[in-house]
Amino acid sequence: MTTIPPPFSGPPPGALRLELTGITKRYPSVVANDGINLKVAPGEIHAVLGENGAGKSTLMKIIYGAVQADAGQIQWNGREVVIANPSEARRLGIGMVFQHFSLFETLTVVENIALALDEPFDLKGLAERVREVSTRYGLPLDPDRLVHSLSVGERQRVEIVRCLLQAPQLLILDEPTSVLTPQAVQKLFETLRRLASEGVSILYISHKLHEIQSLCHSATVMRGGKVTGTATPSQETPASLARMMIGRELPVCEVPAYTGEARPVLTVSKLSMRPDDPFGTPLKDIDLEVRRGEILGIAGISGNGQAELLAALSGEAPGSAEAIKLAGQPVGHLDAGKRRKRGLAFVPEERLGRGAVPPMSLADNATLSAHAQGLVKKGFLRPKAAWEFAKTCIQRFDVRCGGPGAAARSLSGGNLQKFIVGREIMQQPIAMVVAQPTWGVDVGAAAFLRQTLIDLSRSGVAILVVSEELEELFEICDRIAVLAEGRLGPAVPKAQTNAEKIGMQMSGLFTSATDREPDHAAA
Amino acid sequence: MPLLEPRPTPSAQMRLWSPLIAIGLTLLVGSLLFLSLGKDPVAAFGVFFIQPLASGNGWSELMVKAGPLILIAQGLAIGFRARIYNIGAEGQLIVGALAGGGVAIACDGIDAGWVLPLMVVAGALGGALWGAIPALLRTRFNAQETLTTLMLAYVASFALSYMVNGPWRDPEGMNFPQSIMFGDPALFSPWFEGMRVNASILIAALASAGFWLFTSRSFLAYQLTVGGLAPAAARYAGFSADRTVWISLVLSGLTAGIAGIGEVAGPVGQLNLNISPGYGFAAIIVAYLGRLNAIGIVLAGLLMALLYLGGEAAQVALQLPAAITGLFQGMLLFFLLGADVFVDYRLRPRPKPVIA
Repeated sequence: MTTIPPPFSGPPPGALRLELTGITKRYPSVVANDGINLKVAPGEIHAVLGENGAGKSTLMKIIYGAVQADAGQIQWNGREVVIANPSEARRLGIGMVFQHFSLFETLTVVENIALALDEPFDLKGLAERVREVSTRYGLPLDPDRLVHSLSVGERQRVEIVRCLLQAPQLLILDEPTSVLTPQAVQKLFETLRRLASEGVSILYISHKLHEIQSLCHSATVMRGGKVTGTATPSQETPASLARMMIGRELPVCEVPAYTGEARPVLTVSKLSMRPDDPFGTPLKDIDLEVRRGEILGIAGISGNGQAELLAALSGEAPGSAEAIKLAGQPVGHLDAGKRRKRGLAFVPEERLGRGAVPPMSLADNATLSAHAQGLVKKGFLRPKAAWEFAKTCIQRFDVRCGGPGAAARSLSGGNLQKFIVGREIMQQPIAMVVAQPTWGVDVGAAAFLRQTLIDLSRSGVAILVVSEELEELFEICDRIAVLAEGRLGPAVPKAQTNAEKIGMQMSGLFTSATDREPDHAAA
Repeated sequence: MPLLEPRPTPSAQMRLWSPLIAIGLTLLVGSLLFLSLGKDPVAAFGVFFIQPLASGNGWSELMVKAGPLILIAQGLAIGFRARIYNIGAEGQLIVGALAGGGVAIACDGIDAGWVLPLMVVAGALGGALWGAIPALLRTRFNAQETLTTLMLAYVASFALSYMVNGPWRDPEGMNFPQSIMFGDPALFSPWFEGMRVNASILIAALASAGFWLFTSRSFLAYQLTVGGLAPAAARYAGFSADRTVWISLVLSGLTAGIAGIGEVAGPVGQLNLNISPGYGFAAIIVAYLGRLNAIGIVLAGLLMALLYLGGEAAQVALQLPAAITGLFQGMLLFFLLGADVFVDYRLRPRPKPVIA
């Protein structure tokens, strides 16, 4: 059934599917798009490549009618159009699959799809069409299943099928693979190639260079709101694409060997926990051990117990005392503040609203977790000490911001992450748990953060990193374990495993991983 | 398409302007109201806002009314900052008055300096207890304090009614639902002959200074504020959510209870069914009008007290119904909440067509 279409060979003699000329969008503090030109032919898979904040998302929203450009021209199938809103975009034949799904968990697949249609429907007939379209494109879906029982990969299929039902001529996908296993990614690519062979144009937004090289016919690279180049990805190297994307060489981490004593600092044994959230994942018999001087990586797709494990480790969801030990002492029953006092630092996935209080200044946010560092005396705040602490953190960890008085929410994701990581490191922890250290962070800041974590571990701190990015885990970790369906696999030294093996484990650890349809169980 | 869009950061300017805009709109709509009633708005506002302050007694009355409003609002603001919504301060005021009034009745005839302080302590404990019940219900059973505090306000009001109709009814009160008049040792003595202002205003003043110090400097108030702004961040830091609930509700109950004593041991002088003209509810408006800030609350409390006085003056001089006070309070809160939307949002500019 895998018929790989012939590679795309230049635009056909007819009109272009989409042509943007001089698209400009200004926001009060930033020019998000500055004179963007973009051409997409029918049947072309076109990559839009760029870092966070390069203006990719704004551009896609303009094409989808969710945002109006201040200047510029949109030509659709050779005709100039004004796309006032998303439903107009859908009428023209433009579909968009968002990075974050907008599905109702308590409804079935077909009910969710019906909600998004602009036309009247009957559920039975629609269910048939869903079944038919989903099989035709190799995206099997049961229309009557409830969405909360679907894996992340399956939810993405719902979004894609929803678009396909409207027979789009242009499909926009925003970072579609960030939630998929390596095997599921291959499956998605097959579908996209088939669609392209039928004449559907695809705009593929990503910052993952190897994906773009294997999938896309052409690429437009953006940086700082401008187009910095166009390329044929298959004729470029990752390094040359990265140069176009970030304007310099891709930074590489240095990973020295650890020579100190490797005694265990953070140990988890037989940790089981039922989540408060009815759609959460229960943890089953988790065992792990993080030693001084190492970084242990936990791979897996979010929704497999990551949030629950992190809350259990940090103390936000305390449990039984003996399940978690820090330096030999049981801490499983303590709250996050008490664990921090004993030397456990935590960097959560959500920076705004969890790791930092959005409207408060960085100085006030220093007090949030570092109050024991002399920022509070006899129950009273010491604003000057907090200011100094924040200032030191800003300098030491290269946080680009307006100073200690800047509100947390005014910082970019990467800079806020540097501040939070720095704040935790300055408390001299003996163990540190970090979730998605570089999620939504630009390449430069990501490299800095990774190097910071490596250096910290080599100073004798035990570090546990939970990440969806396999490449990142392979770059910084010493050992890697996979969390799938609430169970944790054994931690394997990174030299003894590879992305393929990890991907198989992600797809369902304790069922026979080999004969199971890999993408099915991103669950 | 919605008319509003979120601002990138909340507007600090708008936060200060919002109460002033609300006051302006209230005056504007108030003028229209007076016009429609056939009264000259300028003269009416003269009666409402100027006349009450034209005499020494007027200022004394202003203090008498502002005192309890400010005291209760200071306590409520602590909870509101932590997003714990105690809207039953009226009930805590009543229970405080009952507890302290009970002391006064029990000590009737004893001429000692400790009677009044004991009443204040009993009132504080009574109010705190009435605040502690919703705190227990919230932390133990996750019952929303918004509902329980309001419901308990009615319970308190019926308890008061029972006591002054039953056990504590004045035997010589011709069957009116009221207690005996308290003796001098159980009353705040007036500062000036013929005026009602007394030392209880000092409690409100001291409390305001204390709350200012507490909210601007203490680590505990910081924790409460974090709990209100970002509950997940409070959990992340290890600040106890239960403790936030307890402190917020007990503290606001305590200040309301003391305010209750200020009334029964002050202007009212006994327990009866009219010990509070809705101070517990009006203080909610005072707290928000004062931006949940200790100093702002003092100013807002003075304004709200003036509304009470102006309402009374308007009843006498303009023959307007008593509802006029509630109407102005309601308008003020309504416009304040409306204007507050623009702290976090702004009007969306009209979408421009794409220009070639």
